[in-house]
Amino acid sequence: MTENQRLGIVVSGSLGKGVEVRLDSSASVEDMVVGRFVTIEGQKRRFFGMITDVSLGVTDPSLTVVPPDVSDPFIAEVIAGTSTFGTLHVSPSLVISGDVASMLEGPQPVKTIPSHFSEVRLASQRDVELVFGTEDEKRFFIGTPLDMETKVCLNLEELVKRSNGVFGKSGTGKTFLTRLLLIGMLQKGTAVNLVFDMHSEYGWESRDERGRRVKALKQLFSSQVAVFTLDEESSRRRKVSTDFVVRIGYDEIEPEDIALLRQTLNLTELAVEAVYQLSGRFGKSWLQDTVNLKGTEELPEGLNIHEGSLQNLQRGLATIGRLPFLVSDAPDNAVKRILEYLDRGINVILEFGRYTDITAYILVANLLTRRIHARYREGMERAIGEATAPPRPLVITIEEAHRFLNPEVASQTIFGTIAREMRKYNVTLLVVDQRPSGIDSEVMSQMGTKITCLLDDERDIDSVLTGVPNKSELKSVLSKLESKQQALIFGHAVPMPVVVRTREYGSAQSYKDFIPKEVEKDIEKLWE
Amino acid sequence: MIEASTTGFVAQCYELYQIPSLGSLVKTKDQSLELYGIVYNAATTSLEPGRRPIARGKEEKTEEGIYQTSPQLLKLLKSEFGAVVVGHKQDKKLYHYLPPTPARIHSFVYLCSPEEVKEFSQSFDFLNILLNARLPVSTEELISACIRQMSQAYEDRHAFLVAAGKELAILLSGNLNQLKAILGGIKP
Repeated sequence: MTENQRLGIVVSGSLGKGVEVRLDSSASVEDMVVGRFVTIEGQKRRFFGMITDVSLGVTDPSLTVVPPDVSDPFIAEVIAGTSTFGTLHVSPSLVISGDVASMLEGPQPVKTIPSHFSEVRLASQRDVELVFGTEDEKRFFIGTPLDMETKVCLNLEELVKRSNGVFGKSGTGKTFLTRLLLIGMLQKGTAVNLVFDMHSEYGWESRDERGRRVKALKQLFSSQVAVFTLDEESSRRRKVSTDFVVRIGYDEIEPEDIALLRQTLNLTELAVEAVYQLSGRFGKSWLQDTVNLKGTEELPEGLNIHEGSLQNLQRGLATIGRLPFLVSDAPDNAVKRILEYLDRGINVILEFGRYTDITAYILVANLLTRRIHARYREGMERAIGEATAPPRPLVITIEEAHRFLNPEVASQTIFGTIAREMRKYNVTLLVVDQRPSGIDSEVMSQMGTKITCLLDDERDIDSVLTGVPNKSELKSVLSKLESKQQALIFGHAVPMPVVVRTREYGSAQSYKDFIPKEVEKDIEKLWE
Repeated sequence: MIEASTTGFVAQCYELYQIPSLGSLVKTKDQSLELYGIVYNAATTSLEPGRRPIARGKEEKTEEGIYQTSPQLLKLLKSEFGAVVVGHKQDKKLYHYLPPTPARIHSFVYLCSPEEVKEFSQSFDFLNILLNARLPVSTEELISACIRQMSQAYEDRHAFLVAAGKELAILLSGNLNQLKAILGGIKP
């Protein structure tokens, strides 16, 4: 199909439900795919929209009952586009008015629909550029629209102002997308990142599904990225040059951390209640003291904890105690170190190595984030009071987010708080998850930009699309995405929902494109 | 031209059996007006309405022989054809609708040249007149004959037939059987 090809005309529609387009006989219904970009030339305005559904129509219902003899090519050719025709459902989302003032303003959200029989065309490269802008200091090229070569750019400055989500079934390319987003933020310097890297795939190279080696952030931006590890041995085996080994002291664990682990540690409500009592009595060393208790008789006076609850709690705490990165006396303060790096504008990736156990992940991510958030909060408040520069925007990337943000714990965890209060303290989240239905709907609705790969569970799709206008249309687009390298982006950082074929990642050329020209020389050897 | 009305005319041929084919485009001139018609019917009958021809040629070997031995036959019989008016040309501009006045008796009727057929068939608006005309022949037959005839003027017959078929499919969107019959008649 050629660019800017005429597809058909608008025959009906409404602002709420989108418009119906009758296809010309020259345009084959089989060439139309959901997610493609079209422009509609109204009488005064130009509309941009996306194909959200494709259907077949006949002028005479009896055709469906007694189908004509289409084995005859002549008959088939005659009835195509006349008696039988294809229809498209297009949901217009942006509009440009013809006058000069609105040309300068650029595309605006639609408040009306094109008039009857307006011409519908495939969007041209220029149209897409007009809508998504070109790559510059703020915009990052994330992928190309379906069947087009134009670049779709994300406005990263807008992106980091709110919490965002990357969703998709396992194996649909979430990790690649997240890597791309992180690279974008690094490249444009819009924010510093703290990545809780559960599967150790963002810092140093890993293998993709085809077994190809893929470089990661530290290799591409060595001076801007620091790799912290919880599992020194694993990192050493993978030949990762780490900057810091994280050790956490027992005394750093607070009752809130345990409360969050209630489900994973299988603790009762009473046991969690007991944690608060115990920490109140024992102070900083409560964890070790509690584990060392031989029974309820050894409890300090005044504490009323049931035998069963104590045993339940001790069992849970023992699980935590077995985590090798927890030590009775941490040599260095991990939070302080991370903040030092972040203050210098260096992005921190925390590898979990072999500790991919969800208990470790939740514990560490929550513990560190709570403190970092507190420090950011102080910094921000100071900035307001003393009119100094606020801390750099921080984006915290978490995986398996439904474990932190499910409706039961979202109100308790720091992540729930960050997701809700958004950018007030310059800290936002990048949530990576495969089960968005597990995430609290309040948190989901607060997310600025959602990037989602294929999802097929009805509940997951529903939850990703909460709070989106014309939800049902995007739904059909979302469930028809290809299982690889395709994503639907919608929300704050893009002017309209768009399906992209994700930018290539993994080839020598792709790495080259990420690196700013000046530093290219220094790391040329990387792709030799 | 021996009979004329707003919607059609009847012409008699100068020579017996020199009848244009069914569905061909003919024209007649009338001062500034040129009328176009589609031949829908033709007949060869006796000159006198009450006198029917009788069977001849029992002794003859060929049909030609009959006319040779009885040359008066050519003068006693006549060939006529009827055409339905489908458009006109005024001041060199073609209109695919009925002319303001009918043709005049004794005006000459010509068969259109391929160039004229091409020019006229740039628009398929005349199909609608044919579809709605009340004629002794079936509309389906007439239209398919007409389109077949016209297509001969084109080098790319197939494209013309498809274009005509599409126009018919739109006009006959509510009448599938009629459409099927016509398409069956024009398919290459």
